[in-house]
Amino acid sequence: MQHLIYFIRKYRYFLLFILLEILAFYFTIQHHSYHQSKFVNSANFISGGLYNKVNSINEYFHLKTENQLLNEENAHLKNQLEIIQTAKNDSIYTVIDTTTHNIQKYEYTVAKVINNNFVKRNNYLTINKGTNNGISPELGVVNSKGIIGVVKNVSPKFATVLSILNSNSKINVRLKNSNHFGSLIWNGNDYNFVQIIDFPRQAKLKKGDTIITGGKSAIFPEGISVGTIHTIVIKNHQYHQINVKLFNDMSAIGQVQIVKNLQKEEQLNLEEKSNNE
Amino acid sequence: MNNVVLNNSIRFIGLLLLQVLILNHVNLFGFINPLLYIVWVLLFPIKKNKSAILFLSFLLGLSVDFFLDSGGIHAAATLFIAYIRLPILNTVLGKSDFDYLLFNIRSIAFIKALSFITILTLIHHFIVFSLEYFSFNAITSIMYNTILTGIFTIILSVLGIILFTKKK
Repeated sequence: MQHLIYFIRKYRYFLLFILLEILAFYFTIQHHSYHQSKFVNSANFISGGLYNKVNSINEYFHLKTENQLLNEENAHLKNQLEIIQTAKNDSIYTVIDTTTHNIQKYEYTVAKVINNNFVKRNNYLTINKGTNNGISPELGVVNSKGIIGVVKNVSPKFATVLSILNSNSKINVRLKNSNHFGSLIWNGNDYNFVQIIDFPRQAKLKKGDTIITGGKSAIFPEGISVGTIHTIVIKNHQYHQINVKLFNDMSAIGQVQIVKNLQKEEQLNLEEKSNNE
Repeated sequence: MNNVVLNNSIRFIGLLLLQVLILNHVNLFGFINPLLYIVWVLLFPIKKNKSAILFLSFLLGLSVDFFLDSGGIHAAATLFIAYIRLPILNTVLGKSDFDYLLFNIRSIAFIKALSFITILTLIHHFIVFSLEYFSFNAITSIMYNTILTGIFTIILSVLGIILFTKKK
């Protein structure tokens, strides 16, 4: 017993060092696993609050570009409305389905990005909406130009978003003009370019083809724009690397929308049931 | 003595805020963000009792982690350099015994202070980027980031120490 006490006294700094180092490594391992929610995240009262304060000053400098974006999206939406209106007026296409008429599939919530990282290997964003506004983990985050990421940790007032610029991010995407699917990942080199893997060999790709979300996961709606194909590297008749230039400038993101799939539970339950049988 | 506590507390909070609010958004050449907050570890008074520096360095690193959403990466690296600070200093100065209380980084020769800062900064950055990439395949990216970010951290640290500390 005396030896033990002597040992601890002699090496007490080393033991303290090892103890704290183990704790730090525990947080690091937790940080690298996708499925665990993390203790260390910026969606807390102090860091979230501080980022929010600083951002409320910063956003004055970006009002012009933000307005521009809103205007562009407005024009886009007005065009779509016009198309629907015209289609409705051509009475041939008008089918009012009373059973599905009132079912809304996706619900959008507006949020502001108060902290944005894009140069690290694993990037996260912090937004100023949390559980108080109905935000929960695993919701998609988009803006008018394309996808941003998936909600990871939430606190009452803030949430962190796993950016598409993260080694844990893997999003189902497809070509706009055909139904071939692939997965969107990021190799950590340039924040303007992301990569597609698992693309079938028979799919015909061209430089400049548009990539959109595939809608196979229950997180993102189908058809949200991602980017255009920039370079294609072919090795052994397989697509070795496909670089996609993002529509979004990930270094300048202000307002975002959080997509809530109202039928997610139903879809997941059904899939679970089929898997168990 | 109280003055030392106050000084270090202000430096702790000041460097933390400087790091998370300004330096993490510098993005020099697109990807370099100097990690200046480790200057706090370099300037902390050297004492026989090492538990305070170990705890506080861990806390400083963890605070940066909270803001950066990076798990325990900065906590692990900062704690490590806090632990090896004294052995490195002994090696650089080439003696094993010196006056702990009167030690000041400005009182030793510039070249020795610079090599002390350089060694600790590079070790810290190497740990940070290794844990960030977490893969042996990315060793070139790790070294590249360590060296480039390290250079800017060292330049800023040296300038900061010269400008904001008194020569004794």
